[in-house]
Amino acid sequence: METNSEIARAIVLGASALGAGTAMIAGIGPGIGEGYAVGKACESIGRQPESSGAVTRTMFIGCAVAESTGIYGLLVALLLMFANPFINKISG
Amino acid sequence: MEIGNLLRGSPDGIDVKGPGVLCSFDVFGVTINLTETVVISWGIILVVALLLNWITKDMKTKNISKKQVVAEWIVSTVYGLVDDTMGKHWHNFAPYIGALFTFSITGSLVSMLGLRSVTADFNAPLAWALVTFVLIHGTNIKTHGIGGYLKGYIDPVPVMLPINILSEIATPVSMSLRHFGNVVSGMVITSLLYFALSVVTKSIGVAFTTIGIPAVASLYFDLFSGFMQAFVFIMLTMAYISNADGRSEE
Repeated sequence: METNSEIARAIVLGASALGAGTAMIAGIGPGIGEGYAVGKACESIGRQPESSGAVTRTMFIGCAVAESTGIYGLLVALLLMFANPFINKISG
Repeated sequence: MEIGNLLRGSPDGIDVKGPGVLCSFDVFGVTINLTETVVISWGIILVVALLLNWITKDMKTKNISKKQVVAEWIVSTVYGLVDDTMGKHWHNFAPYIGALFTFSITGSLVSMLGLRSVTADFNAPLAWALVTFVLIHGTNIKTHGIGGYLKGYIDPVPVMLPINILSEIATPVSMSLRHFGNVVSGMVITSLLYFALSVVTKSIGVAFTTIGIPAVASLYFDLFSGFMQAFVFIMLTMAYISNADGRSEE
C-alpha cells in the first residue's frame, strides 16, 4: 500500500497535467481574433492596394498584442509541466 | 538499431531550466546571483559598442563610404519612427528607443548562436517594462502636475478608481510577460524539436539528422518572433509615453 505522501504526490502530478492541458484552451481566443483581423486587413488591401504596407504593419502589431492572452495560457501550462510549484508543498 | 526508441521515446526526458548561476553575492542580506543572462548581456554590450565604434570611424560630409550610409540609414529610421509615433516634440527620445530595440533584438537573437537568450530570463523584460512604467508616470506628473496626475485616476467617475489602478499595474506586467512568454515558448519548442530529432538519430543510427530542420524552425521562432516582439515592445513604450503626455492637447 502506498504511503500518504506518495498518493498526495500522484494526485498533485495528475492534477497538474490536467491543468496544463486545460490551460491551453486559452489558445482559441487569439486564433479567432487574429483570423478576423487578418480578414479585415485583406478586405482593406483589396479595397485600396496602395495602403498595403501600412495595413500589413499595423496588422502585425495588432496580432502581436492580441496574442498576449494566449501566451499567458501557454506560460501557465509550461510552468505546470516543467517548474511545478505544488510539488514542494506536499509534506508528510 | 533501437527502433523501439522511435515509438517509445528516449528514457531521459526533456528538461527546461532557468539560466545557470555562476556565483552568488550577499549584499545587505539579499542574495544576488550572477546569472548567465548578465554575462551574455555584458558580451552583447561589448560587441555592440565595438561595432558602433567601428561604424562611425572617419565620417565625412562628401564622398561618404558604404558603412556611413548604413549608419545614417539606421539613425534616420529610428528618428523617423519616433517622430511618426510620438510627435515632433519627442524627437530627442529616439536614442533610448534605439538602445532598447537593439538590446531586445540582440538579446533574442543570441539563441541562434547556441547561447541562452537574454530575454528568456524574466528579469530582463521586466526591468525594461519597469523603466517604461517610471517614464509613463514621470511624464504624466511632469505634464499635469501632481494634482492633475492624482485627479486623472478619478476620471471620469470616482468609482473607476480601482479599475484605473489595475490598468496601470497591468501595463508593465503585460508588456514584460508578452515578450518573455514568446521567447520562452520558442525556446521550449526548439528544445523539444532537438530532442525529437535526437530520438530519431538514436533509433535509426544515422548521424546528423539534427542538421537543417531546426534551422527552418528557428527562422520563425528566433528571427521573426524576436524581431516582432522587440518591435511591439518599443511601439507600446512609445504609445504609452506619448499617451501620458498627449492628454493636455485635447
